Amino acid sequence: MLNSDPMLKKRDDFEDILEERRNTSDLRYALRCYTPALYKGLTPCTVSELKTMVLQSDQLLYVINQVSKETGTATNEIQSEAEAILEEMAHRLQLSTIRFFAFMLSKIFKTLFRSICVNEEGIQRVSRPDRETQNEETWLTLIRSQLQQAIQEHPVVLLPSHRSYMDFLLMSYILYTYDLALPVIAAGMDFMGMKIVGEMLRMSGAFFIRRSFGGDKLYWTVFSEYVKIMLKNGFAPVEFFLEGTRSRTAKSLTPKLGLLNIVMDPFLKGEVFDVSLVPVSISYERILEEALYARELLGVPKPKESTSGLIKARKILSENYGSIHVYFGQPVSARSLAEGRVDRSQFNLTPRHIPRRPSEGIQDFVNDSAFRLVRSQEENMVLKPWVLLAALLLQNQAAGNKLGVLVEDLTEQAVWLRDLSRQFGAFLHWPDHVPPSRVVSSSLSLHRSLVRVSEGTVQLNLEPGFPPPAMTPEEELLSKAVVVLSCASYRNQVLHVFIRAALLASAVQSVAGSRKQEIFNTFSFLWNMFSNEFILRPGAEVQDFEEACYLLVKSAVLQIHQQEVLVTDRGHRTLAFLTSILDPFVQGYQMVCRFLCEEATESLTEKQFVPAVRKFFIKHLLTGGLKYVEVLSSDLQKNALAALLRLGAVQKLRGGADEGTLKVNTVMVNSLEDTLAADSEAARCSALIQRRRPSKQTIGATRRVQSSERSDPIGRLNGRASCCPGAGTKESHQNATAA
Amino acid sequence: MASNSSGDESGRHQTARHRLSVIAGHLQRPSDHNAALLAVECKAQGSKPNVNTSDRGEGKTVPRRRQEIMKWNGWGYSDSKFLFNKKGQAEFTGKRYRLSGMIIPGLKDWMEGTFGANLQHKTQATPVLNTSAVQPPTLNEAFVEELKSTGIPFSHEAEDRVFRAHGHCLHEIFALREGKIGRIPDMVVWPNCHNDVVKIVELACKHNVCLIPYGGGTSVSSALECPPEETRSIVSLDTSQMNRILWIDEKNLTAHVESGIVGQDLERLLNESGYCTGHEPDSMEFSSLGGWVATRASGMKKNIYGNIEDLVVHIKMVTPRGVIEKSCQGPRMSTGPDIHHFILGSEGTLGVVTEVTIKIRPMPEYQKYGSVVFPNFEQGVACLREVARQRCAPASIRLMDNEQFKFGHALKPQVSSIFTSFLDGLKKFYITKFKGFDPNRLCVATLLFEGARERVLQHEKQVYDIAAKFGGLAAGEDNGQRGYMLTFVIAYLRDLGMDYYVIGESFETSVPWDRVLDICRNVKARIVRECKDKGVQFPPLSTCRVTQTYDAGACVYFYFAFNYRGLSDPVHVYEQVEHAAREEILANGGSLSHHHGVGKLRKEWMRETVSNVGIGMLKSVKDYVDPNNIFGNRNLL
Repeated sequence: MLNSDPMLKKRDDFEDILEERRNTSDLRYALRCYTPALYKGLTPCTVSELKTMVLQSDQLLYVINQVSKETGTATNEIQSEAEAILEEMAHRLQLSTIRFFAFMLSKIFKTLFRSICVNEEGIQRVSRPDRETQNEETWLTLIRSQLQQAIQEHPVVLLPSHRSYMDFLLMSYILYTYDLALPVIAAGMDFMGMKIVGEMLRMSGAFFIRRSFGGDKLYWTVFSEYVKIMLKNGFAPVEFFLEGTRSRTAKSLTPKLGLLNIVMDPFLKGEVFDVSLVPVSISYERILEEALYARELLGVPKPKESTSGLIKARKILSENYGSIHVYFGQPVSARSLAEGRVDRSQFNLTPRHIPRRPSEGIQDFVNDSAFRLVRSQEENMVLKPWVLLAALLLQNQAAGNKLGVLVEDLTEQAVWLRDLSRQFGAFLHWPDHVPPSRVVSSSLSLHRSLVRVSEGTVQLNLEPGFPPPAMTPEEELLSKAVVVLSCASYRNQVLHVFIRAALLASAVQSVAGSRKQEIFNTFSFLWNMFSNEFILRPGAEVQDFEEACYLLVKSAVLQIHQQEVLVTDRGHRTLAFLTSILDPFVQGYQMVCRFLCEEATESLTEKQFVPAVRKFFIKHLLTGGLKYVEVLSSDLQKNALAALLRLGAVQKLRGGADEGTLKVNTVMVNSLEDTLAADSEAARCSALIQRRRPSKQTIGATRRVQSSERSDPIGRLNGRASCCPGAGTKESHQNATAA
Repeated sequence: MASNSSGDESGRHQTARHRLSVIAGHLQRPSDHNAALLAVECKAQGSKPNVNTSDRGEGKTVPRRRQEIMKWNGWGYSDSKFLFNKKGQAEFTGKRYRLSGMIIPGLKDWMEGTFGANLQHKTQATPVLNTSAVQPPTLNEAFVEELKSTGIPFSHEAEDRVFRAHGHCLHEIFALREGKIGRIPDMVVWPNCHNDVVKIVELACKHNVCLIPYGGGTSVSSALECPPEETRSIVSLDTSQMNRILWIDEKNLTAHVESGIVGQDLERLLNESGYCTGHEPDSMEFSSLGGWVATRASGMKKNIYGNIEDLVVHIKMVTPRGVIEKSCQGPRMSTGPDIHHFILGSEGTLGVVTEVTIKIRPMPEYQKYGSVVFPNFEQGVACLREVARQRCAPASIRLMDNEQFKFGHALKPQVSSIFTSFLDGLKKFYITKFKGFDPNRLCVATLLFEGARERVLQHEKQVYDIAAKFGGLAAGEDNGQRGYMLTFVIAYLRDLGMDYYVIGESFETSVPWDRVLDICRNVKARIVRECKDKGVQFPPLSTCRVTQTYDAGACVYFYFAFNYRGLSDPVHVYEQVEHAAREEILANGGSLSHHHGVGKLRKEWMRETVSNVGIGMLKSVKDYVDPNNIFGNRNLL
């Protein structure tokens, strides 16, 4: 995972697919001959045959009978109900519609974006370095692209990240461009509201699923059979969003498991040999929905639909949204994910068409796989220089610096951060042949709606452009928050690179001594606390710790000995950066705890939670008791609640009049608050120290914090580490230290 | 089913002769000159100087010194093998089989095309056994002394011992070809009857000697391998000389037979009286009745005659605790768990089966091969499923996948009067009428009908009608017949492959109907993937057939072979791939074995197969019957 080779390989060869569009006819492009390679086991069938197969599938017939017995409804009535569900759901993929979109989107994309860059390797070129020794002619009769090969070999599931409505149109557009099989896409029902658009999307391969259908067995069966049959027959690659919905914060969301369960099922039950899961990372230099998301997170109503709104919407077309990078990851074989993890013979004793709840083992497996896939989406996400600038500007703003930062200083910091993030394995797209100052200035100009550059200083564009027309302090705060949250959504893109190290850094800062075991305990606490906020794979706590240690040792921030963790003098700057990047979250969570202790009434329900917390936060932000405006994000607040629910500090009552009421375990929440507060405090101190210390200076030897006791916590830790695949044993600690 | 001339003595002889020709159909040379030819062959066999056999050796195939007629490091008769002649054409030597003496022009291209094999790259097997490589026997002197006094023949010659130290797993034959000999039995004894066996077992118990029963030596489960950790003297108990039919009971249609008789002798001798057992496993030339019982064997015509467990009426087995048998020959009993089922499949761990009463049937009046071509394997399986649902399966029905169809095609001899060229006809067929068939997807079912002529024809029609519903086209008798021939020569072909860096083997499973397609696809794909991952340089042959049908499922048979050039340890790679394939089978709801048995090769999966309690049950039987592990081949458990 930390091997740098693939990173280097990854960096090269993005192809801008808009370049050709700017030079040749869009119409000819839309009408060109399209002959994708198909799955070798394909049973060709039409859209309506597909429906018949679903309606006649053993699974569905079984469930129809079951429902009929339970409800006393005649089977043919339920059958027609199933037909109706399918009718509502099914796509009507048509090449002509795709061609229409290809034409339209070419026009739109060219106006909106500078470039759409696709990694050629993932999609086009063959990459099998391990096979070089083999007889190419016999094993590989054709030189095929990675994705194309995957499509031919096994049913393919495309798993793009979800940041924008654009995502799935963009996916189909790219696949069409590269002459690859067009996917069918699971889309939320909300699109269906738009009559014509909904139908257009249907004809471009979207099928629509209800957002929630909890106990509706019939619906679930029709839906899952529909997806499975398309997958098994190789009708088309199945595309869906692991994150379930667009991430408003640009952080990856905790994966939803429903569809992944469905597409894994045919493999687990042996109905196909394997399924290829292809994580796709789509990164936008500027997200179209930028301000929209921020408003949504703040609970600020959308600007009213009006003529002016329309004009504004049109303005979108005249703006520059930079470039898009699309990275098709290495296809992941479901089979290799399951290898040694799942006992597939568990399906041997019941007919496979009888629906059963997945066993705990299967659920864990699917969950774990989902996290791995989201992680690889994260890792393959191209980061623009701007995300680093956003991180720095936000830190600067939070530090209370009202005057902004000098462009030169910002450039210096950005270069430092660029190098650091590269050391951490970030997939950073920083044009090295351009002088850093140019890189910085062009990033700033692209995002001029968020930053203000004047007299050589840069700061977030927090003051309203024109004289404030009698705004209340609260309104003023919220309008500031829109900018901060927009900015944070860029900073968030880089979080996954630093999160493990940041958790460790915070742990190192807040632990009084240098004992590794204590640091691990604190790390573990934070890791647990924030596992709803960031993508932290369940059970990978020790592995993540090891990884963080490795990274911080590699970047000469820490020295790790058998039982001690020491901070090098040079390391303080990095450590301070890392702690401050986590700090808004720590403080946000801490304040949520405080809110629950101080203000939560007996009758507080889940629904009331966010507005109440928001009110509480606004109060404290206005009185200066809270530093970070970004804690106003409802995403953070919801995640904090989810974490507290998971940890058992808050309980959600079920049933009766109290449905959804939150019951707070005050003692526990209190102690969580204290722990977080201590952590936040330590972070602030370190940041303070850091700011006083000139950064270029490196003085003296390693500060050695003596450990007071010398028990052997490492042994225990290693014991735990060794049960995690890939996690190091004692040697790897030493290696890490040596490195 | 009784023939129209039954009861009439001469008529019966006629039937017998006919029957012989039928057997010859898939075993022996073309039966153009029927009786005369067979008589010559029988005489030829009988006239072979069987120096060591007793007076009872008349007409029996297997001498005590197997090396006189069989290969020590390959399959079957010494005089029969495939080779590439000077012109580079494949040829099958000898006179025993219908392929014998024929040129098989397609085989070379098929081998080169399928495996990337090359006639220039040959690996020579060690031609003769180097007896100095054989460890000297560890003899239990007291045992040997007492054995001598019984007069039962025995030997501790290296050749005899090596012969009985192996079955026909790939690793066993590969090692022999390399001249590598591991732990082998220290001596071989040849009991002549049940009482001899009783004496031997008593002596073995008395002197704590390890006994390993040996029947036909056709095991493919490492069952005959001597446990390397065994420190006692190991005695191979070769039943091959216990090969008499003791009586035939025409009223009840049973025969009482000594367990060492091999399949071809049993059928031939019964045929002479107008009967047959109908039990025809692919190994029937060499495998023995006792071996069938001990491994729960299955015959290709089980649809009419049943598998071994359906055929046996009574079993006598000598164990360290004494002799186990039932007191009567009632056709079915409700007397607690059937003790026969402790014996069936015990794989030589509990004792030696000495005598078996087996059901017999009058020889079928008429026999007819057939074949059906399907556009694809899926359709073929659907057809077999329907045939099974209607319970109208012919004596044998097998569905070969496309690769195996091509394999069979490659074995078409050059000059043949009786092989009316099916394929040429079929090709015309496609081109003119049925272009829809993709030659790279089609598959063939081979059929064998047996019984009264009228009924056979009626049955045939029924089956072809069902096949037609699944897009199947009748494709002639020859094609069917050649399909069955393939299973008899496959082991000879493996020897040829090994001469040219190709190793392979077959394995089997049984699986519910709804999983047949999935298991075939997944296991074949797994083999290909594993080969790739293990550094095999050429894509392997990975093919299967559905070889038996049942009410609730089918038996699937896989062939797997690859070119091992460039691999440092081909056998290890082979074993890893086979292991993975077995894992895949189990993951897809297949059984550990349909008829090959467990032996030592598959015993690591026994516990998950039969559950902890199941293992405990089997163990406790072993502990009671053989507390000192006299029958110490360590199979199964």
